[in-house]
Amino acid sequence: MSQITVRVDGVTYTDEVEPRTLLVHYLREQLGKVGTVVGCDTSNCGACTVHLDGAAVKSCTVLAVQADGSEVTTIEGLAAEDGTLHPVQKAFHEMHGLQCGFCTPGMIMASVDLLKENPHPSESEIREGIEGNLCRCTGYQNIVRAVRQAAGEMSAPETTGAQA
Amino acid sequence: MTLTEEPRTTETAQPEIGRARRRKEDARLITGRTTWTDNMVLPGMLHLSIVRSPVAHARIGSVDVSAAREAPGVVAVYSGRDFAEEQGSLPCAWPVTPDMVNPGHPSIAVEEVNHVGEAVAVIVARSKAAAADAVELVDVDYAVLPPVLDMEQASTQDTDLCHAHLESNTSFHFVFDAGDAGTGGDTDEAFSGADVVVSRRFVNQRLIPAFMEPRSVVVQPQGDNYTMWSATQIPHILRVMLAMVTGVPEHKLRVIAPDVGGGFGGKLQVTPEEVLALLVARRLGKPVKYTETRSESLMSAHHGRDQIQYVDVAADREGNVKGLRVRLLADMGAYLRLITPGTPALGAFMYPAIYKFPAYRFELKGIFTNKTPTDAYRGAGRPEATFAIERIMDELAVELGMDPLELRRKNWIKHDEFPFTMVAGLEYDSGNYEAATARALELIGYDELRAEQQRRRESGDPVQLGIGFSTFTEMCGIAPSRVLGSLSFGSGGWEHASIRMLPTGKVEVVTGATPHGQGHETAWSQLVADKLGVPFEDVEVLHGDTSISPKGLDTYGSRSLVVGGTAVVKAADKVVAKARKVAAHLLEASEDDLEFEGGKFSVRGTPGTGLSIQEVALAIFAAHNYPEDVEPSIDADATFDPVNFSFPHGTHICAMEVDTETGMVKIRKYACVDDVGTIVNPLIVEGQIHGGLAQGIAQALYEEAVYDADGNLTTGSFVDYLVPSAADLPHFDTDNTVTPSTSNPMGSKGVGEAGTIASTPAVVNAALDAVRHLGVTDIRMPLTPERVWRALQTGGDGGDRAAAGTTAYGGASTESTTGVSTPASNPGGIS
Ligand code: FES
Ligand code: FES
Repeated sequence: MSQITVRVDGVTYTDEVEPRTLLVHYLREQLGKVGTVVGCDTSNCGACTVHLDGAAVKSCTVLAVQADGSEVTTIEGLAAEDGTLHPVQKAFHEMHGLQCGFCTPGMIMASVDLLKENPHPSESEIREGIEGNLCRCTGYQNIVRAVRQAAGEMSAPETTGAQA
Repeated sequence: MTLTEEPRTTETAQPEIGRARRRKEDARLITGRTTWTDNMVLPGMLHLSIVRSPVAHARIGSVDVSAAREAPGVVAVYSGRDFAEEQGSLPCAWPVTPDMVNPGHPSIAVEEVNHVGEAVAVIVARSKAAAADAVELVDVDYAVLPPVLDMEQASTQDTDLCHAHLESNTSFHFVFDAGDAGTGGDTDEAFSGADVVVSRRFVNQRLIPAFMEPRSVVVQPQGDNYTMWSATQIPHILRVMLAMVTGVPEHKLRVIAPDVGGGFGGKLQVTPEEVLALLVARRLGKPVKYTETRSESLMSAHHGRDQIQYVDVAADREGNVKGLRVRLLADMGAYLRLITPGTPALGAFMYPAIYKFPAYRFELKGIFTNKTPTDAYRGAGRPEATFAIERIMDELAVELGMDPLELRRKNWIKHDEFPFTMVAGLEYDSGNYEAATARALELIGYDELRAEQQRRRESGDPVQLGIGFSTFTEMCGIAPSRVLGSLSFGSGGWEHASIRMLPTGKVEVVTGATPHGQGHETAWSQLVADKLGVPFEDVEVLHGDTSISPKGLDTYGSRSLVVGGTAVVKAADKVVAKARKVAAHLLEASEDDLEFEGGKFSVRGTPGTGLSIQEVALAIFAAHNYPEDVEPSIDADATFDPVNFSFPHGTHICAMEVDTETGMVKIRKYACVDDVGTIVNPLIVEGQIHGGLAQGIAQALYEEAVYDADGNLTTGSFVDYLVPSAADLPHFDTDNTVTPSTSNPMGSKGVGEAGTIASTPAVVNAALDAVRHLGVTDIRMPLTPERVWRALQTGGDGGDRAAAGTTAYGGASTESTTGVSTPASNPGGIS
């Protein structure tokens, strides 16, 4: 067992973990952060995507011990504290970028990261950018639309009463 | 002409039906506040891991679990023998012929394993990790038998047997002959008199549904009651079946499908894992959980498709079709699951599609092989049928030297010919194939694409362009119970709904149609908001729990809105009728003088009077003052059983670039116009079409479950089984025409499967259209660069001829003069 201290969605946890425990299993099973899900066992699906120190990672490819001393944001901590949705969350809702919603936590976390790297992605840049996240329901078109819409909103100057 | 605004007489809210409401479901899904089965934790819960067979076919000698039992954290280990007496057989609810052979399907193998991935032992441990660690400590002694893998070979006399205790590998031989049924002419006559006969053998490869949420099940015993949470499409059917299989009385069993992450038919099943979890929980009296890994899911959850199709079409020189003959071999895999035999049999009615064939004969053999069982996968029998007919219509067009669309137009049912009883006996209630096609041609920019194709051909461009069509229909809204009975289906096709009017004016809608991503909560709220005149936000839709929603037949076959939604509408009508009586009493008016508009009862001609249905709900809750002759409730329920299927249709057009030097194919444009009848929520409809397209295109281009010569699934992870990513799929241009269905009051037809059913042949036809002038007549799906390249270089369909044990190879062949079929198109055993 190893002791780790991790800050997850704004709360600091200190826990004993097995050295082999994956970050996603630590999040789900020890912290009850079940918003982050597991869709595969070969790091292909991206359903488990979270932010580790601000960058998107597939949390099934990271050991919990590797996250020691780090800051993790999951889908559960993405919205503002008062519940205001992140523009990407809002856009997924507005553009119908989800159906069953199983890929959605990973898809949203990956999209947030994509927009950080490239605030004005083209359609093909979005498609390439979320290539590591599989969705079986949507055919991706509305996910692409959602990311574009979020890009627009996030880069709009913050003025009160701006036209949507 | 001037436009004048219509005078607004009353303040009417925007109708909910037809409105692109954002989904209610999303709030929890985009914030991670979800209730997937695997999230569930119960005090004292134990975790299961399953030891699975690494061999395709073997007799089980000893199963030594002693080492596993001693492993840290392990509470118990069971082999098949421990449950042999109580596990029963997994149910097959669709015996398609009276003499269908069913070998029985143990949840855990006792004497014999028949496919790789079959359960042979189950570990019960305090943690998931401990259970997984102990798997390799179980020592199973396998006496390996020869695996039966090639279904054409398996259907002959000269074969090993998949099940030693059966006489052959054939489960059933199902025949539909329109001549015998009285719905068409004599097929042999039609063929012998025809100018042109085209025969083809198509391989409709094995696919894996690959829902994103792996299956998971939790069982909690409470005395002799059991609650099961399962990632299932069918909690209601599951409950009935579990009671029948395990002997746990139905009323002692509650099944809950919480948030379910996609199904596509793949969770339309009673699984070995669900039965095992229940048996272990019963044995130990403790709550248990089993969640599969993705590799286990791909290997042991049921597969789909896997048919070899021998199709003959007869026509005259002018292109009028004269007859259609279909002979199918369908791979059942090792066992019959819930609707394994019914899946290919459902196709029997769909091969003639939208065309006016005067004669039709369909023969189907279900064949056992030592592979994972097949069963429903999005479209279930209908995508296979649509693929075959839309492919062979193109082949016939080539043979006749006709434009493929002109051939279709010549033979399809015209819009003024509905209702139309087609050659397999189905009455198509409505449709307009001309309108959908015209719109699709416009959407894709057809003339420009044809011109470009011409230019590329003339210049000998290494990248050639092709255009492919699919003018499809499907039978859905499953289904009229009597028809299902006549097809030997084990259940009816009705659906149930009830509406509870709460004292505060809020409304609870209980539906038996269990969603797993489709958006029932939103769409049903729209239906009820319109009918009752209450705000959309005031409606809550309850589902997926047999205690909360006690009656239902769940979600599959594009049936939810058409059957389940209609039940909701009918229940709402009853609520209004009951409320009307109470309102009349309270308003001291005659019922006949009341009008109901915008959620309010008012006395005709007496403005200012009125009582909202929500006020009536409170009044009847208090029940201080209500009519003598009624019960103090305005709640109502309804069970709807449709009189006919519904028949969505549409025209899909794919424009495809084929690089003749590398074999790479790329969808340049994809346009489709679907007629799904009345649309309740256009956003949801569009989403269903997109997702359906992705899966149909994936069959054409990417996905195939492949077994090696020993019966190992070589596409056993997402590394090898190519579920397409965003970068692998094009943008879709979609639109709708609306020809309301006449078989339900809303006029809806169902949309869940349309995209999948329609798209596969459009894509393959497009690729062939690009390279046919180079001598290519067929390319085996999926159209990998290697197969396309091979087909271009060496002819044939480019299929991988070396991979024994997959589906056997064989080339296409054409007979352009009078004749029946070529020898190559004659499957073993069917003549
Ligand atoms: S669960 Fe991490 S990539 Fe699939
Ligand atoms: S919404 Fe179901 S997998 Fe993406």
